[in-house]
Amino acid sequence: MASIREMRNRIRSIKNLAQVTKALETVSASKVRRAIAAYSQTRPYAEKAWKLLLHLARQPGAESLHPLLTRREGNGPVLVILVSSDRGLAGAYNVNIVRYALQTFRDFESQVSYVSVGKKGETMLLRRRRTILAGFADLPPIPRFVDCAAIGQLAISEFLSGHYDQVFIAYTEFISMLRQEPRVRKLLPLEPEIVPMDVHSPEATHPTHAVFTYEPGHTELLNEILPRFTSLQIYRSILSAIASEHAARMVAMRNATENARELITALQLDYNKARQQSITSDMLDISAGAEALAKSMVEAER
Amino acid sequence: MPIRCEIVSQDRVVFSGDADIVILPGVEGEMGILPNHAPLLTALRYGIIIVRKQGEEQYFTVAGGIAEVQPDQVTVLADAAENVMEINVQRAEAAKRRAEEMLKKGIPEESDEYFELQAALRRSNLRLEAVQRYRQRVQRERRE
Repeated sequence: MASIREMRNRIRSIKNLAQVTKALETVSASKVRRAIAAYSQTRPYAEKAWKLLLHLARQPGAESLHPLLTRREGNGPVLVILVSSDRGLAGAYNVNIVRYALQTFRDFESQVSYVSVGKKGETMLLRRRRTILAGFADLPPIPRFVDCAAIGQLAISEFLSGHYDQVFIAYTEFISMLRQEPRVRKLLPLEPEIVPMDVHSPEATHPTHAVFTYEPGHTELLNEILPRFTSLQIYRSILSAIASEHAARMVAMRNATENARELITALQLDYNKARQQSITSDMLDISAGAEALAKSMVEAER
Repeated sequence: MPIRCEIVSQDRVVFSGDADIVILPGVEGEMGILPNHAPLLTALRYGIIIVRKQGEEQYFTVAGGIAEVQPDQVTVLADAAENVMEINVQRAEAAKRRAEEMLKKGIPEESDEYFELQAALRRSNLRLEAVQRYRQRVQRERRE
């Protein structure tokens, strides 16, 4: 059994640890809120842009009008944007999304390359020897749209240049503080039938009877709106993933704090026992000594 | 009858309210949108959006985007829009100086960095110009 002093030190260090995990939990909770707030700020633009896009894309012949809407035949190479986090300590968050993405694309006959967002995902992909086209890391805690715009530009230019025939994004969708789900969504070619994340479609459909004047032209407008919309989808996915990351970390840290508290209670009990025992044995020593002394004194008197 | 005007950028709603007239920097020229305008979709260029209501004007810088006009509303999907009153002059000036210095160092044209710097310069110029032209006007109007 450990000495009393060792036990005391151990209790103290676990108490410190519990304090740290508790602090991390609080920080993560506030970051979840900020990420969700930023996410909901993007909704007005997303809904309006989606409405316009549907309107433009449903004009006769639109599919052939714009390359970002055109589906390509065959099993051409596929690009996957994988959103993970830069830091760990978030439970199974990173493992889950990487595993889910790999599973989804395992049965693809075409060649699959990755663009990683976040260091953790990048290392996991490298360890599994996947091709990584580009890696983005060290995004600000709550990125603005411009911080993520480069990812969209890369995806669009790779798609347009013909290097890749499809582009997907794999991220963790935030559902609630306790539930986050890995998702894979198709970004390009953009399919007007697929409703993007939580954009309400029925009421968003355009009054098609209105005859619009287009300035400059139909195609040019599609040219303007399609890349923006793709970048926005990436941006929203990243915000949702950030909210998920912090929620996962919050839960992980809460568990760690609870475990530490349990450990402290158990150790404290052991420590008290050990202390009591040592006091008892000291007392026994003293009383035995006293008794021996008394006995020897009685004998001396005789 | 006023026209409903909404200016949204990718990460927030910049303005939402009624207006008597909205002036937009369309790619094919400035256009004033009055209520009951015919349906129109237009791309926007770098410039300034003016929203006027009962003689009071608000100014917004916009770095391009798309506007949708319906008889009863104008929706602007803007890239990086800002109310002129919100612009941080020191930051815009610093950004401008930074971009100019970098350009002076002689970055090869046609490179990505060159275009980025040009864009940054254009943005800060737009901001500063907007502040000079419109902020005083708004302040004067408020005093009166």
